[in-house]
Amino acid sequence: MSSSNPLRDPADRRLPRIAGPSGLVIFGVTGDLSRKKLMPAVYDLANRGLLPPGFSLVGFARREWANEDFAQEVHDAVKEHARTPFREEVWQQLIQGMRFVQGTFDDDESFERLRGTIEELDKAQGTGGNFAFYLSVPPRSFPVVIQQLKKHGLADQTGGSWRRAVIEKPFGHDLKSAEELNAIVHEVFAPDQVFRIDHYLGKETVQNILALRFANTMFEPIWNRSFVDHVQITMAEDIGIGGRAGYYDGIGAARDVIQNHLLQLLALTAMEEPASFDADALAAEKTKVLGAVRLPKDLGRDTVRAQYAAGWQGGAKVIGYLEEEGIDPSSKTDTYAAIKVGIDNRRWAGVPFYLRTGKRLGRRVTEIAVVFQRAPHSPFDTTATEELGQNAIVIRVQPDEGVTVRFGSKVPGTSMEIRDVSMDFAYGESFTESSPEAYERLILDVLLGDSNLFPRTEEVELSWKILDPIEEYWDAHGRPARYQAGTWGPVEADEMLERDGRSWRRP
Amino acid sequence: MKTDLTDTTASKINKALVKARRAIGTPAVGMVLTLVIVTDEENAYDALKAAGDASREHPSRTLVVIRRVSRSPRDRTQSRLDAEVRVGADAGTGETVVLRLYGEVVDHAQSVVLPLLLPDAPVVVWWPVNAPLDPANDPLGALAQRRVTDTYACEQPVKELAARADAYTPGDTDLSWTRITPWRSMLAAALDQVACQVQGVEVEGEEFNPSCELLAMWLADRLDVPVRRTRSAGPGLTAVRMDTDCGPIVLDRADGSLATLAIQGQPKRAVALKRRDTAELIAEELRRLDPDDTYASALRYGVERLKQGDGGDAPAKGEGRGGEREAVPAPVESAAKGPAAEATEEAPVKKAAAK
Repeated sequence: MSSSNPLRDPADRRLPRIAGPSGLVIFGVTGDLSRKKLMPAVYDLANRGLLPPGFSLVGFARREWANEDFAQEVHDAVKEHARTPFREEVWQQLIQGMRFVQGTFDDDESFERLRGTIEELDKAQGTGGNFAFYLSVPPRSFPVVIQQLKKHGLADQTGGSWRRAVIEKPFGHDLKSAEELNAIVHEVFAPDQVFRIDHYLGKETVQNILALRFANTMFEPIWNRSFVDHVQITMAEDIGIGGRAGYYDGIGAARDVIQNHLLQLLALTAMEEPASFDADALAAEKTKVLGAVRLPKDLGRDTVRAQYAAGWQGGAKVIGYLEEEGIDPSSKTDTYAAIKVGIDNRRWAGVPFYLRTGKRLGRRVTEIAVVFQRAPHSPFDTTATEELGQNAIVIRVQPDEGVTVRFGSKVPGTSMEIRDVSMDFAYGESFTESSPEAYERLILDVLLGDSNLFPRTEEVELSWKILDPIEEYWDAHGRPARYQAGTWGPVEADEMLERDGRSWRRP
Repeated sequence: MKTDLTDTTASKINKALVKARRAIGTPAVGMVLTLVIVTDEENAYDALKAAGDASREHPSRTLVVIRRVSRSPRDRTQSRLDAEVRVGADAGTGETVVLRLYGEVVDHAQSVVLPLLLPDAPVVVWWPVNAPLDPANDPLGALAQRRVTDTYACEQPVKELAARADAYTPGDTDLSWTRITPWRSMLAAALDQVACQVQGVEVEGEEFNPSCELLAMWLADRLDVPVRRTRSAGPGLTAVRMDTDCGPIVLDRADGSLATLAIQGQPKRAVALKRRDTAELIAEELRRLDPDDTYASALRYGVERLKQGDGGDAPAKGEGRGGEREAVPAPVESAAKGPAAEATEEAPVKKAAAK
């Protein structure tokens, strides 16, 4: 319909993309993610005027709440966590479409009530039958919720309306379980109705990787094996596992982070230029490069996993992983994982990609560092360039989003001495002080049906194909190494890079 | 950090900027544009405050050009430039230079501004008041990619709009146009929801508010239907009524913040439509620096082609009002108020006629 709307004009770029009439149903609405991210994101979207009039938010959970209690809960969450200032009139707009459905996932009656609520909203709010179901629930509840949606006709798209399912990681814990999960989801929802959230892809900096590479001329010519020495992709957290023992033990850092976030970042960093910026073209290139990822021959030599031991983290004394509540003292779960992979194509042959992630590391940071080769010849003598490292382009994904370029510069003075300096582009400095939260962008994209930033089934399965052999090797061989909490990981990881004549960046 | 320079030149100001940046330890700056504000002493404070807030979204070098009034013939022949350089916490996220021009140099402000522009970065000139009639040919306007005027602050906004249309050059824009973006976006969203043909439109708002005219012209230009401009007590725009072949669509905002959207056959919905402050408008204006063709097209439609509601074209007016009553199924306020307002409006006329 919008194509025939005379008020819409592609040249009129002030007009934002507003989602059509729709609503969002959140399962597991009492959870942390929902309170800290989803509800504030919905409010922020409304505040920026990007939600349609009559947008409805339905919460589904076990708690005995009335609509008012739910609204109060959303209100508190928004006040505490929203990015944009609280405005009464925006709240008045939102509150009219807020409903709560009490029930458990196996209770048919509550799903009937949910259907009734949706029908009521279509009448009262004009949502036109368009609903997205956000499954913010533990993986084991996926099948039952999906089946209930099917059983009660909630997944049926009738008369031009749409129904979409939004699912969060983990997308399984290995290839087999991922395939099973995909089978369950796709039995009810068609592939184009399913949106897998990898919130990293909603971040401005991650989208900027593509802008940096493909909108500029100065980076792409050197973005290959002729100039790049190696690439380091790091996601470090300073927190421990907190209260997530039940979920984390047996999963570990590699499955939790490398399989989705880091391999997605690798794909965006290494992929070829897509034919266009639409979802299909992007997915095609990402799939291609993920398919070309090659594991090292000796997995014992080029992968490291470890667990944090007790230590001091940022001035606070913290306990080790094995002492955490709810963790089996003989657990072999990794809280740190570092792997080296290659990419078998003309652009990247011979360039190692080092991926590492861990909990209780020095500080919270995610970055991609493209480290360049040294100059093939230096007219300066060795004392002059003693302090000079390798040139690097660092894409800082979070926090302090931006790009750093590191190169050598002469130190002021009479002697010739060259030292590393950084040139910084900080998002906060050049653009808006707070760029939209990843969830804002992703929820809006779900409502608009724009699947650019969502990994597809094939990508998920390819990622498991990369990680599975490593996990199997780890299961069969030895125990995780140990590192002191608050440091940058185990000695074994440093040794792994030393063997290649390289070292980890301190992020 | 603040440096005062009296009887100075652009090159001394440049030196002061570099020195100030060094002193606070941030020699590299990520500023994305130069914003030149041309104003008088009276409006400088508010404009600078708005620009400071907007600079959180768009770090910029802000140059405030203040033309001082000379009160004696001797003052007029002497020329002097005073500057106040602010860097760091005093200047939002960028840098600010307040330039005070006395005497002859008042007519040569561009010679002061030109050396102070950031290299390569776009230049935006904003006249909060007293914009030149032909911004692109103004010596300062000629330096800029983007020229921001504000017809809302004019004595005769509607006449000014016509003048803007005549002088339009790509890169011109007006804050009265920026003010209606949320309205335009909501109206477009409303038409997304129905497949109807619009047959006539009424735009209602306070007098002397050029935003109403611009919105009306935009609708007339895009929809190609007659558009009527009617008056209300405000604040700002108060309502847009579209008559379509499947019933009326009414967006009504009585209080300046929360509006209701009523579409025939659909439930009435509340939408937040707050009047925004100048900082937000400037921030929006700085977001895109390419020519705004939609604005040009709406502006060129011509104010004179709009029908005036108070011209006494009774049947069409009745139609519009009637439409509203139909469109609002829960007639708590609007319908009750509608006829009452009509009655009071008509009363004095009748009295006058009786006399």
